[in-house]
Amino acid sequence: MQAQATQFAGGFSNTPVDAAHAFRAAMTVMARPGEIRTLSGAQAPVPVSGAAATLLLTLCDPETGVYLAGASDTPEMRQWLTFHTGAPLVDAAQADFAVGTWTDLLPLKTYRIGTSEYPDRSATLIVECHALAQTGATLSGPGIKNTSQLNLPDIPALQANSMLYPLGMDFFFTSGTQVAALPRSTQIAKG
Amino acid sequence: MYVAVKGGERAIENAHAWLAEERRGDTSVAELSTAQIREQLSLAVNRVMAEGSLFDADLAALAIKQSRGDLIEAIFLIRAYRTTLPRFGASRPVETGQMACDRRISATFKDAPGGQVLGPTFDYTHRLLDFKLAAEGEVTPTEQGTPREDVTPHITEFLQGEDIIQREPESDAVPGDLTREPMEFPANRALRLQSLTRGDEGFILGMAYSTQRGYARNHAFVGELRIGKVAVEMDIPELGFAIEIGELELTECETVNQFQGSKTEPPQFTRGYGLVFGQSERKSIAMALVDRALRWEELGEDNLGAAAQDEEFVLSHSDNIQATGFLEHIKLPHYVDFQSELELVRKLRREVEERTTAHQEAAE
Amino acid sequence: MTEYNFAYLDEQTKRMIRRAILKGLAVPGYQVPFASREMPMPYGWGTGGVQVSAATLTPDDTFKVIDQGADDTTNAVSIRKFFENTAGVAVTEETEKATLIQTRHRIPEAELTEDQILVYQVPIPEPLRFLEPRETETRKMHSLEEYGLMHVKLYEDISQHGDIATAYAYPVMVQDRYVMDPSPIPKFDNPKLEMSAIQLFGAGREQRIYAVPPHTKVVSLDFEDFPFVASKANHPCDLCGAEDSYLDEVILDDAGNRMFVCSDTDFCRSRRAAGHVGRLGTEDAA
Repeated sequence: MQAQATQFAGGFSNTPVDAAHAFRAAMTVMARPGEIRTLSGAQAPVPVSGAAATLLLTLCDPETGVYLAGASDTPEMRQWLTFHTGAPLVDAAQADFAVGTWTDLLPLKTYRIGTSEYPDRSATLIVECHALAQTGATLSGPGIKNTSQLNLPDIPALQANSMLYPLGMDFFFTSGTQVAALPRSTQIAKG
Repeated sequence: MYVAVKGGERAIENAHAWLAEERRGDTSVAELSTAQIREQLSLAVNRVMAEGSLFDADLAALAIKQSRGDLIEAIFLIRAYRTTLPRFGASRPVETGQMACDRRISATFKDAPGGQVLGPTFDYTHRLLDFKLAAEGEVTPTEQGTPREDVTPHITEFLQGEDIIQREPESDAVPGDLTREPMEFPANRALRLQSLTRGDEGFILGMAYSTQRGYARNHAFVGELRIGKVAVEMDIPELGFAIEIGELELTECETVNQFQGSKTEPPQFTRGYGLVFGQSERKSIAMALVDRALRWEELGEDNLGAAAQDEEFVLSHSDNIQATGFLEHIKLPHYVDFQSELELVRKLRREVEERTTAHQEAAE
Repeated sequence: MTEYNFAYLDEQTKRMIRRAILKGLAVPGYQVPFASREMPMPYGWGTGGVQVSAATLTPDDTFKVIDQGADDTTNAVSIRKFFENTAGVAVTEETEKATLIQTRHRIPEAELTEDQILVYQVPIPEPLRFLEPRETETRKMHSLEEYGLMHVKLYEDISQHGDIATAYAYPVMVQDRYVMDPSPIPKFDNPKLEMSAIQLFGAGREQRIYAVPPHTKVVSLDFEDFPFVASKANHPCDLCGAEDSYLDEVILDDAGNRMFVCSDTDFCRSRRAAGHVGRLGTEDAA
C-alpha cells in the first residue's frame, strides 16, 4: 500500500508551469557552471532528492532511457518513474539519463559519450550529493566569466571527461532542492 | 519629419478580415459546405490527407474550405493540427493483400487471379469539357456487381513464386518516424518511403518523370496498382489481442523493374513501392518510381549522378510545407541584411574605382 | 487558443526541445538535431525560434520580439501576439525590461545582462552549407574540424574583390572548436556574440538547435593580414544622432534623398526620450 501511495504521489501539481520553471533552473546552471539554483516541484521516493526528481520529470519521457544507479534503484523508485514519465529503465551503457550517488554511478566509462558526428548522443548524469557549495574546484570555460567554484565529487575523473571534448558526459549535481551543473566544456582546476 | 511605419497589428487584423471576405466570395452564391467538398472534391481531399499525413476527410475538407482551395495551404493547416494530437499508440501494419479493392490493374499480365478491375478511373475518359455538368451533375445509378469474396493476391507474389523478382528482407523492427525524429542521412528505406508518401505530388511526379526520360532510367512496369479499403488493427495490451479500430482507403503501386544484375545481384526483376492515403494514383506510381531510383546502392547499381538517385536531394526537397515556407519567407523584411550587402557593394565599387584611378594616374 | 497547452507545444515536444537545448549549451556551437514540429506559422518564418521560446518561457517572463531590430515589423507583431495568447506572458518593447528576447537578424544595441536570454531565428544553421550542400559531408567536416574550405572561400573573396564578400551571417569560431552560423545578423553585430546573456539558436525547418553560453569565446573568422571589421553605414542616426548603432537606410522621395535611422527601434526611442536629437529628428519625436 505504501508503495502504491508513493508511486502516484510526488508529481508536478501544474505540469506545464512547474516543468517550465524547472527547466529554466536546469538550463541556467548548465549555461553557467558553478551556479547553484533551487529546483523543486516533484518528490520521488527515498533516497532520490527533490531536485533529482524534478529533473527527471522535466526531462525524461518514453523517448529517454533512464538508469537508476545503486541505492536509487528501488522498486518504489522504478514504479514512480514509470508512472510519472513512462521512461524505459535501461542499463548504464544505454542511458540518456542516469541518477545516483557518485560512487553508485561509477564506473564513468560505461556511459555514452556521443560520437564525433553526434556528440549530443551522450549521457547526462544526475549526481546526488550531500551538499552543494561554491568552493573547491575552480572552473573556467563557456558560461563562466573568468572563473567559478564548485565542490566536485572527483576532480581527476571529471577532468578526464572534459579532455574528451567535444565528446563526453554532462553532469547535474543535486542535493535536496538544489542543483548545479558541469557540462563537458568546462575546464577544471584544483582549488 | 519622418515617422517610421507603424501599426503592424492593425494591418494584420485588417488583412485577415479581408482574406475571410475573399474566401467567402460573392455572398449571393450559396456557401460551400465541408460535406460537399468531402464528397465532390474527394481527390483534393485525398491529396490533403496524404501530404498532411492525417487520414480524416472531414478535417481535410475543412482545411480546403479555409484555404480557399489552395491545397498546399490546406496541407499546412492539417500538418499544424496533427502535430498537436496526442499519440495513443501505433497500429499493426495494414495488410494490403487483404484490401477490398475498388480498382486493381496490372500492366504486366493480361489477366491474373482477382482480374483487372478498372474502378472509378479517369483513364479512357475523353478529356472533353462536359458542359452539362455546368448546369447539373446528377448521375443515374449504375448497375452494381457482386463484390468478390476472395482476397485479391498481389501480382508480385506470382513472380516471387518463380523466384524471378528480388525478395524483400523481412523485418519486425520498429521503423523510425520522421515526424518524431530528425531526418538523418543516409536514411533507411522505411524513412525514405515515409518522406515520399507525404512529399509534394508535383515534386515526386517530376522526379519520377525524370527517371523515365533517362536520368537514372529504371525500366518500370506497373506490376500492380490497387485502390481500396484496408482494416486498421491495434493491439490493446489490456485485452491481449488486436481489435479493428477503423478503415483506411489506400492506393498501392508496385512497379516491376527490369534489372540486368550487378556485381552483387543476379539478373532478376526488382521493385519500387508506392503507398498513399486515399485514391492517389498518380502519386503512388510516381512514388514507386522514385523509390526504385533511390535503391541503386543496395542493388549494386551505378550512381549515374541523377537527381532521383540522390537521397539527400530528393528527401530534403520533397516536403512542400518546408519548401513553401522557406520560399515565401523571402517576402519578409530583410532590410538589415540588404543594408549590409549595400554597404559592402558600395565599398567594393569604391575600391575598384580607386584602383582604376590609381592605375590611370600611374599610366599618365 | 485556450484548448492548447501553455506556450502551445505539448509537454513531450517541449521535453525533446529542452534536452536539445541542454546538449547545445554543453557543446557550444554544435548543431543538435531535433524533431522540429510543424508550427501554426510557416517554416522559414521563425518556427525554430518559436519552438525554442515555447520550451524556454515561464509565465513569469517578459517577452520581446524583434525582426530587423524592430518591434513593430509584422512578423514580430505576429509572434509576440502568438505567445501573448498561448502563454499569457507579459510583453514589452523595452530591451532592458525583457527577460527573453526572440530576434530575427539583429542583436539589440543595448548590452544584454546575465538575466536575459536571446533566442535567434535561424534559416540555414549550417555555415558550410553554401560551400557543400550535403549534410553527410558537412557533418563529417565538423566532426573532423575540417574548416579549410571556409578559409579558402574567404581567402578567394579577398583575392578577387579585395574584401571578404560576406556582409551578414558571417561565420564564427566558437570556443576554438565549432564554426557556427550566427544567423543572418549583419557582421556589425558579430562582436556582440560574446555576451553575458544565454544565446539559443533555433532552426525549425532544418531541425537544428544550437547555443552559446554566456562569456563563450566567439571569434569571427579572419586572417592575420586581413582582420575582421564590424562595419556599418558611415552616418549617425538621423533621428537620435547615435554614431555607434546599426542603421537602416530609408529612401525619402523620388529624388533619391535618404536618411539613416537606427534599426534597433527601442534603442532609438530610448535615446530620443533621453533628449538626443539627430539631423532630422525633433525634440518631442514619438
